[in-house]
Amino acid sequence: MSVKVWVAVATALLAVLLVPPLLTPGADSGETSQVRSLRVLVPNQPGGGYDITARTAAKAMEDADLLRNAEVFNLPGAGGTVGLGRTVGERGNGKLIMSMGLGVVGAVYTNKSPNSLLDTTPIAKLIEEPDIVVVPKDSPYTSMQQLVDAWKASPGTVQVGGGSAPGGPDHLAPMLIAKAVGLAPKDVRYVPYDGGGELLASVLGGKIAFGVSGVGEYRDQIQAGTLRVLAVTSKDRIAGIDAPTLKESGVDVEFTNWRGIVAPPGITQTDRDKLVDLLQRMQKTPQWAEALQRNGWTDAFAPGDQFKTFLENENKRVATVLKDLGLA
Amino acid sequence: MEQLLNGFATALTPTHLLLAAIGVLLGTAIGVLPGIGPAMAVALLLPVTYGMEPTGAFIMFAGIYYGGMFGGSTTSILLNTPGESAAVVAAFEGNPMARKGRGAQALAAAAIGHFTGGIIGTLLIVLLAPFVAKHAVDIGAPDLFAIMVLAFIAVTSVLGASRIRGVASLLIGLTLGLVGLDEMTGQQRLTFGSLHLADGIDIVVVAVALFAVGEALWVAAHLRRKPFEPIPVGRPWLSRADLKRTWKPWLRGPAIGFPFGAIPAGGAEIPTFLSYVTEKRLSKHKDEFGKGAIEGVAGPESTASASAAGTLVTMLTLGLPTTAVAAVMLAAFQQYGIQPGPLLFQRESGLVWALIASLFIGLTLLLVLNLPLAPLWAKLLRIPRPYLYAGILFFASVGAYAVNADIFDLLLMFVIGLLGFGMRRYGLPVLPAIIGVILGPAAEQQMRRSLQLSDGSLTGLVNSPMAIIVYVVVLIIVFFPLIKKFLPKPTPPAASEVEREKVDA
Repeated sequence: MSVKVWVAVATALLAVLLVPPLLTPGADSGETSQVRSLRVLVPNQPGGGYDITARTAAKAMEDADLLRNAEVFNLPGAGGTVGLGRTVGERGNGKLIMSMGLGVVGAVYTNKSPNSLLDTTPIAKLIEEPDIVVVPKDSPYTSMQQLVDAWKASPGTVQVGGGSAPGGPDHLAPMLIAKAVGLAPKDVRYVPYDGGGELLASVLGGKIAFGVSGVGEYRDQIQAGTLRVLAVTSKDRIAGIDAPTLKESGVDVEFTNWRGIVAPPGITQTDRDKLVDLLQRMQKTPQWAEALQRNGWTDAFAPGDQFKTFLENENKRVATVLKDLGLA
Repeated sequence: MEQLLNGFATALTPTHLLLAAIGVLLGTAIGVLPGIGPAMAVALLLPVTYGMEPTGAFIMFAGIYYGGMFGGSTTSILLNTPGESAAVVAAFEGNPMARKGRGAQALAAAAIGHFTGGIIGTLLIVLLAPFVAKHAVDIGAPDLFAIMVLAFIAVTSVLGASRIRGVASLLIGLTLGLVGLDEMTGQQRLTFGSLHLADGIDIVVVAVALFAVGEALWVAAHLRRKPFEPIPVGRPWLSRADLKRTWKPWLRGPAIGFPFGAIPAGGAEIPTFLSYVTEKRLSKHKDEFGKGAIEGVAGPESTASASAAGTLVTMLTLGLPTTAVAAVMLAAFQQYGIQPGPLLFQRESGLVWALIASLFIGLTLLLVLNLPLAPLWAKLLRIPRPYLYAGILFFASVGAYAVNADIFDLLLMFVIGLLGFGMRRYGLPVLPAIIGVILGPAAEQQMRRSLQLSDGSLTGLVNSPMAIIVYVVVLIIVFFPLIKKFLPKPTPPAASEVEREKVDA
């Protein structure tokens, strides 16, 4: 075969595989109650938490006919602050939303991002995911109290692992616990792992004294009895997990990881109301309820202004912890 | 065994066979195309598969994973532009082979390597899954750091003729590896305040820039001085001599790849590199390394696929993803309400065995697909050089851009490409720099984790049996030349002292 044919074949392959994702969906006429062509920015990798939340939400909205042509795209980098920068830069764009969560709040400080989440237009908080304090089954600690006593006695030899980099949720939770029991942040031996999966390996292998992470990846191991949960960090106990809350164990900390949706700054009031309304209707669909169930997420819907206040409070809380650590 | 046969029965139904075929085709295409890795492909397909039953979806995902491995080495060998990190090492020997007109043989060696690696790896899943699940978690940071030290010792064999230039190149790589947020403390390093650099520089961007862009610039700079001939395309098939040289590397690959895939933070980059140096040390044709030695393609490629199989073991039995693809597949399992972990083989045995059976089928399909394609792909190199390199630059740019849809990555690639050009101009070998980017950050992370775990005490680095064994091996390798000198017939110490000084000088 000639060279020409091969060039043609290669070009055709390229065209087939690259053009469709690059084409933005054009607006077409439909029923008035639908929102048309919305772009959803995901500030982390495909398969990450914000990604799954965004794709699940987009799917639920499309299935319920609330939305046509949702396009979910990833712009990962710097703990979500690259995506945040883009969102803040799209001032006035009412056709773009970004999925985000507690991790981005911390990343703004650790990355010294010029943009803050307070610059965005908060649309809604969607879900919460509590953290758990977990030890391997042959660990000497059987209660939170024992762990805290040992930790206070010798902080250097009681290492804690988490599935996120400094500033992320799994880092903030043990730091808040340490603060509550009177340990200086500098004394905490925090070992960051690349996600809950890698952390799981080192908890199972007994490489660290205890781990703090989202409950999601651990349910099976907990049921199989290879892991022991000492406490859950949320306000209430979690169904299916036989462990007290931190407060019940005498540690005055309440902490949940959460995820939500923000829009670019400076969008019109109509656009904002439309987006809040869209998510409000999505939250009531059976598709979303089923998705919550499937992923083990807790519904924590908080629209517009409520979310705004919440975001401001979280921002303050994270800033205080990170300042103690010299990260903000 | 009966369960496996049942699995084959499930996987061989027309629908599942079709899904496996779609998976391997997509996977190969994705592997060949720059910028879209298998992880992203699976993530993008995830919503599409909601409507499917889980078995079919996972058969397709597994096809994409293995297919990506096959396809990734194609561009690596032919165009010197690895599409994903597992294929970086394939370019070391594969591309020189292609330029000598042995592209088809390199591709065939890679394809058969992937096939053998994958088949042996999958067999090991069947045989060893419970054992691996039990012991993978025992490997901790000190052990991994010891292995990194071993790998650094091995770097000496890729330094090239001039040690000082080799070390300079290694340091360039290590410096590039430093860029980004410090994982332990969250402090910025060499980011110059840019958010785009906070996650560090992707190994694929560095490899593509140093290999492909650097070389394209180099060729462009010399085009007018040298008459250029199209690259010859030789005989398409592996000769008897080739087979004699490759069968051992194909079989050795899984021994290195499978355990690495299974351990946390293992991945495919470090085992493929270790396989490369092993083959170089064991080869009878050491002089050919760097100029296109077929062993250097066969071993690492077999290793890459075997490590993919190892990854699946820990994902299925522990719910522990050791690579990005495994992480996405784990998310997919959770979408179906299935939680991989110790109970998976009991709860979902039908699905698991069908998945394993489909891995065998997918690998066979891939071999059937890729082997005849090898000579055809190799003809791509007949394109006259100016057009060929323009095409390579185009592919490299699309790849760098497509990863994050970010212009910054494109600029970064060209800046590092210029660096690659400069390195060629001053005779610095490129390989040590690539190795530095791969090993540096990984070694630092494991060392600092070990120290954090031991509260800063140095004994934390040597407090596990495995770490001690690896360090002993390192010491033997380092001092072997010395020991050898004394072994056969002891020479007077003074003489050997003189000799050593000569070597040092």
